[in-house]
Amino acid sequence: MKKSNSILTLALLASISFSLIACANKKSTDHGNGVHDHSAMNHKAEDEISDVSVVETSENKSISQLIDQYLVIKNALVQDDARAAASAGQKLAEAASSIDLNTFEASKQSEIKEILEVVKEHGEHIAKSEIAHQREHFEGMAKDFMDLLAITGTDRTLYQQYCPMYDKGKGGSWLSDSQEIKNPLFGSKMLTCGSVKETISMK
Amino acid sequence: MKKWLKLSLWIVLIVLVGIQFVPVQRNEIEPVTNADFIEHYESPVVIGNIIRASCYDCHSNQTKYPWYSNVQPIGFLLQNHISEGKSELNLSEFGLLSNRMKRTKLKSILSQIDNDKMPMPSYLFLHSEAKLDSLKKTLLVSYFDSILVDIDR
Repeated sequence: MKKSNSILTLALLASISFSLIACANKKSTDHGNGVHDHSAMNHKAEDEISDVSVVETSENKSISQLIDQYLVIKNALVQDDARAAASAGQKLAEAASSIDLNTFEASKQSEIKEILEVVKEHGEHIAKSEIAHQREHFEGMAKDFMDLLAITGTDRTLYQQYCPMYDKGKGGSWLSDSQEIKNPLFGSKMLTCGSVKETISMK
Repeated sequence: MKKWLKLSLWIVLIVLVGIQFVPVQRNEIEPVTNADFIEHYESPVVIGNIIRASCYDCHSNQTKYPWYSNVQPIGFLLQNHISEGKSELNLSEFGLLSNRMKRTKLKSILSQIDNDKMPMPSYLFLHSEAKLDSLKKTLLVSYFDSILVDIDR
């Protein structure tokens, strides 16, 4: 008897709290579309980075945090650690939105802004996904990251590495701070697939 | 016991009836603009129809609501779902994105369709017309691929 009472009370509470939650949620609807207008599009970095094996850029420390978190994600994925990758993904997204665009030349700002928006998007997805999806987003931002380094410069030497077997043979790239290949796109399944394609270093 | 049972049932009923009167903001008011994916890329009619039927309920500003969306709390749930879908991808505003973001979104779209993650199974359960059979899937994948290549140029 008591039991059925408490079940009823529970059901009641649940339905009330549910309707309250639903009401509260409604208010936050239709705001966060994440869409911004970019009337002036900058196509500069859209040009492919050529196949040169060494790219020298200027030194820049303002994106250090971004590179740090990128490498934390990379190392986590090497070790098949989705949880560590997720928390670094969150930090990457935060770092991407906290970078002050005014520290860069005015002509470069719109391009950098677009790259950071994409990096933030990838970081947010890495923060909330299972590992295969994390790897997809991690691979997806490699090119954006390299474009960014080409514009802003880097604070350390990085190596672009490439494994042709990723994504059913379509291939995939990532950046590493070490020349040694430890594949974050496959992790323990194929730890050594890949080779260094490019060295990004300071002048 | 009986009293309690009766009282509780009444309260549940009153709450259920009561929430029917809570207004829900509907996602169908905004007009189609040039930023709309299908308008922006002047998609072929066949493709446009597939995209509208399979994606637009949750990923655009023009949801076609089923009748039961007027029944609460189902309507609240749907609305929640739609705003979540739109925050990931809003095809009505696709044209406003930077080329870089367009590429990113298109890659995600392709991988979701290719891996049968979208449209969501729970959605297909009640919307059989949204299902992508292998022909539709091939059509969409090659279409989105061609757009991705165009942006890369």
